[in-house]
Amino acid sequence: MLPRPIREHGFAAIGLTLLAIGSYMGLVVAPPEKYMGDVGRILYIHVPTAWNALLVLTFAFFFAIASLVSRKPRHDDLLHGAIEVGILLSAMLLIQGSIWARPTWGVFWTWDPRLTTSAIMLVTFIGVLGLRSSVDDPARRASWTAIATIISWTNIPIVYFSIKWWRTLHQDFSTPQTVASTMVTPLRINAFALLFLSLWLILRRAQLSARQRTRAGMNTAVPAASTLTAGDP
Amino acid sequence: MTRLFSQSVNVLRKDLLMDWRSRGRALSVLAFAVTTLLLFSFASGADDPNPGAMVGAWLWLALLFASTLALGESFRVETEDGGLEQLRLLPVDPRALFFGKALGNALLLLVLGALILPLCLALFRAEVAGSWPTLALTLALGTAGLAGPGTVYAAMTAQARGKDVMLPLLLFPLVIPVLVAAVKATTLCVGRDPMDQLPSWLSLLAIFDLVYWSLCPLLFGRVLEE
Amino acid sequence: MSANAPAVEAVGLSRGFGSRWALAGVNLRLAGGRSLLIAGHNGAGKTTLLRLLATTLRPSAGTVHLGGVDSARDPLGARRHVAMLGHRSGLYPELSALENLTVAARLMGLGDGRTRALELLEKVGLAARANDPVREFSAGMKKRCALARVLLQDPAVVLLDEPYGQLDPSGFDLIDRFFADCRTQGRALIVATHLVERAAALLDSGLVLSSGTPAWVGPATGVPAALTAALAK
Repeated sequence: MLPRPIREHGFAAIGLTLLAIGSYMGLVVAPPEKYMGDVGRILYIHVPTAWNALLVLTFAFFFAIASLVSRKPRHDDLLHGAIEVGILLSAMLLIQGSIWARPTWGVFWTWDPRLTTSAIMLVTFIGVLGLRSSVDDPARRASWTAIATIISWTNIPIVYFSIKWWRTLHQDFSTPQTVASTMVTPLRINAFALLFLSLWLILRRAQLSARQRTRAGMNTAVPAASTLTAGDP
Repeated sequence: MTRLFSQSVNVLRKDLLMDWRSRGRALSVLAFAVTTLLLFSFASGADDPNPGAMVGAWLWLALLFASTLALGESFRVETEDGGLEQLRLLPVDPRALFFGKALGNALLLLVLGALILPLCLALFRAEVAGSWPTLALTLALGTAGLAGPGTVYAAMTAQARGKDVMLPLLLFPLVIPVLVAAVKATTLCVGRDPMDQLPSWLSLLAIFDLVYWSLCPLLFGRVLEE
Repeated sequence: MSANAPAVEAVGLSRGFGSRWALAGVNLRLAGGRSLLIAGHNGAGKTTLLRLLATTLRPSAGTVHLGGVDSARDPLGARRHVAMLGHRSGLYPELSALENLTVAARLMGLGDGRTRALELLEKVGLAARANDPVREFSAGMKKRCALARVLLQDPAVVLLDEPYGQLDPSGFDLIDRFFADCRTQGRALIVATHLVERAAALLDSGLVLSSGTPAWVGPATGVPAALTAALAK
C-alpha cells in the first residue's frame, strides 16, 4: 500500500504533470493555428475544459442515481463534489470562451450554442447547490439534490439544441477529427490532466463532507433495539 | 393503470375545486400577469415602430413570472394545515399526485395564457396572421412545459427554507428551452412563417414535455418522502 | 391480513434527524381491539413514533408491519390499514367539511362516500356545519372533522396524536367514546397524549418514551407513576 499523502494526492500529481507536459506541447511545440495564430492556443485548455465539464456533470448524474438508489451518504458526498467541480469547470469554460470570443469574433459574448449552453449549465447547477443549502434534514437534502441533478442533467442536450436552432455562430473546430494531428496530442494530454485534477477535487470534497459528518456526530451507529416490547405481551 | 388514472383524476378534481373556491387568489395571479404586460409595454416605449415583433416574448415572460406565483400557491395550500402529509397517508400512488397537481397547474396556466393573449395582442398592436389552432397548441405545450418540472420544484421549495427565492432560481434556467421554443413559435404564429420553422419549434416543445412528464412522476415519490 | 398477525408490529424502529436519534430501537406489537398509550415529555419521540407507524416518515432502521404488510416493501398496501389524527388537521381550508371527506373517500377508492361522510359528521357533532368551509372552523371543530375522516378510512390501526388537544368537554367525551368504539370494532389503537391519567383508565397497555428510547412498558394504569419516575431521572 502506498503512503497516505501519495494515495490522496496521487491524482493531483498525475494531473499537474500531464497539464505541464500538455501545456508545453500546446504553447511551444505545436505550430500556431492556421487562421487565428497564437490566439488559437487557448484551445489546448478550452476544449479539454469543455469535455471535462460535461464529463464531470455526467459523473454527477450517475452519482445522483446511485445516491437515490442506495441512500448512502458516501454517494451524496461524491454527488456534492461532482456538482461543485462541474460548476467550477463550467465557470472556467465561460471565462475562456469570452477570452477567445473577443479576438475571434470581436465580442466577449455571442449567443453561440455551446457558450450559451455552458452558461445555462452553470446557473442551473448553482440553483441545485442553492436548493441543497436550503434543506436541513440530511436524508431529504440528499434525495432532493439527486433529483434536481437528474432533472438538470437531462436538460443539457435539450438546451443545446434549442439554442443551436435559435442561432448558430460557432465554428466547427473543437473535435479531434477537424484538428491537425500535431494539435491532437496536447489536446488529449490536457484532457486527461483536467480529468485527473477533477477526480482529485471530487474525492477531496467528498472526504471533507465525510469528516464534517463525523465531527457533527452523524456517523453514530444505528441504536440497538430495546429489550422492551410495548403493547401486547 | 386504471387506478393510477382514476387517482390522478381525483387529485386533479380536488385541485380544480380548490382553485375555484379560492378564485380570488387566481384572480390576483391574473392581475399580476396583466401588470407585468403593462410594464413591458411601458419599457418597450410608446413609439416603438414595430411593437408586434416582441409579442411572443412578452406573453411568455408574463406567463413565466406568473407561473412561479401559481406553482407556489398550489403547494402553499398543501402545506398550510398538513394537507400534503394527509395525502401521503392515503394509499395514493405518488405518480398520481404528480399527474393531478401538474395537470392542475398546466390548466391554470393555460387559462391564464388564453386570458392575457388578447390583451397582449391589443397592447402590442399585433394581429394573428397564422393559424389560431397552432397558437392554442403552442400555448398548451408551453404551459405544460412550465408546469411539469415546476410542480416538482414547487413541491420541494414549499418545504424548504427561502422558498420564495428558490423556485425561480431552480425553474428559470431549466425552462429556457421552453421559453425559447414557445416565444419563437408564438412569434411565427402571430407573424408570418416563410421558412416553415413552426414544426421544429413545436416538436422541441413536445420533446421537452415528453421528457419531463415521464421523468418527473418517477421522481415525485422521493420528493415527498421524509 | 392473516388471522394471527398483529394489526401493527414494529421492531427496532429508529429514526435519526441529522446527528440526533429522535427515536431509537422501539419494539411494539398490538392486536386488533387492543390499545396502547404512549407517554413522555416534549421531544421524547411520541410524534416521531406515530409518524413512523403511519408511514409518513421513513425509518432509518427497523421495520413496521401494518395488517401484516411490510411498510417498506409495500407502502401503499400498508397504508390501507392505517389512519392518523395528527397535530395538524390535514384539512383543506377552502373546502367544506363534507368535501374534505369526499375527497379522501375518492382517493381511497371508496367512491364518493357522501352518505357515509354525512353520517360520520353527524357522529362527531358537525352535521349542521357540513357544508361550511373548514377555514371558518375553530381548532376543536377541525379536530372533530379530522376524526370523522379517520373513521371514513375504516382502518385496522388508528393513531392519535394528542386527541384531547383543543377540544371542549363534550369533545373529551367524544374521544373517550371513540376509544371504546375502537375496541368493539376490533381496531388497534395507539394514543400519544399528555393527559395520561384520563387516557390510562381507558386503554390497555402503556409505553413511556424518554429521549427517543422506551423507558418503561407495562399496563396503561401504570403509566402515570412510570412517567413521574422517568421525569425525576
